Amino acid sequence: MPDLEPEDILTRAAAWKGEGRGVALATVVTTWGSAPRPVGSQLAVDQEGRFIGSVSGGCIEGAVVQEAVEAIADGKPRLLDFGVSNTEAWDVGLACGGKIQIYVERLE
Amino acid sequence: MQRTILDQLQADRAAKIPVVLATALKTGEQGLLYLVGKQGARLWPPAVAEAARAALLADRSTTIETEAGPVFLNVFNPPLRLIVVGAVHITQALAPMARLAGYDVAVIDPRRAFASAERFPDVAISTAWPDEAMAALRPDLRTAVVTVTHDPKLDDPALAAALASDAFYIGSLGSRKTHAARLARLTKLGFGAADFARIHGPVGLDIGARSPAEIALAVLAQMTQRLRQQSPAPAPELAPEPAAAPEPAAES
Repeated sequence: MPDLEPEDILTRAAAWKGEGRGVALATVVTTWGSAPRPVGSQLAVDQEGRFIGSVSGGCIEGAVVQEAVEAIADGKPRLLDFGVSNTEAWDVGLACGGKIQIYVERLE
Repeated sequence: MQRTILDQLQADRAAKIPVVLATALKTGEQGLLYLVGKQGARLWPPAVAEAARAALLADRSTTIETEAGPVFLNVFNPPLRLIVVGAVHITQALAPMARLAGYDVAVIDPRRAFASAERFPDVAISTAWPDEAMAALRPDLRTAVVTVTHDPKLDDPALAAALASDAFYIGSLGSRKTHAARLARLTKLGFGAADFARIHGPVGLDIGARSPAEIALAVLAQMTQRLRQQSPAPAPELAPEPAAAPEPAAES
């Protein structure tokens, strides 16, 4: 039986924190149009930029991870807005563009 | 996120308690909200608690606008469950299909020849009588119950337990005639029209299903429709055409 469940992001984030790593969570909080991942999708990031999960299917993870690493350093939560262009949307398998808003917070 | 909140959230998820993590996006304030009582609700305006409840029931995370700015409600519902009463051929198709769709599947059948691990690899099987097994499994808002034995001794107590629960979907295999006789028996047990409206019988969307796998597909599709569209259960007289439910002869 293939395991179609995504790896549990929060469990991994807690484990990383337990190892003493700096950890941030990025969560899709709002979407407009055909956003690639649903509201509630999460990404866990450590202070070195390693991450698991997804918030967009690949188009904006790089930028989100960068913001997350900064949030780990300064402790300030961030609300990020991204527009997914038609080209990017096409790359992730969507026919039209969308917008997503992502909340980034440090795990204390 | 405070570690205490994450730890509590993880504990709730492990205990399969529906919970919402509320985050004020302007201030970063966070808290957990539950369907019933518990602490936390008083820290948020009633509108947030109400929206959290609605989000849980709809199984959909969302951001709402409040006077104090946007609040993100992240829904953490326990896994969907499917309880099938009757370890028959249809069940052998329905169990793996439902698992692919994200359900934890449990099969109840006291007839051990049917409920063998060989026929149902990797499925939780109970060979207790349905009333006992249902009491142990405790169907909730995230549970679908489907009876497929055609045997009143097995189906009826399971249906009675399902009707007494918050199960979001109840389906019962059998022709219109079988279903009418079933409802007559349930009437004697004290159930009425409002209960019967919750039972999908004949079971499954009308897609002309014939084989066990096709019937399983029709049932899973109807479960999905009920879960995602939250349409009111069809009144018995408005129920879709039978999904070609064969009588048990094909089974034994």
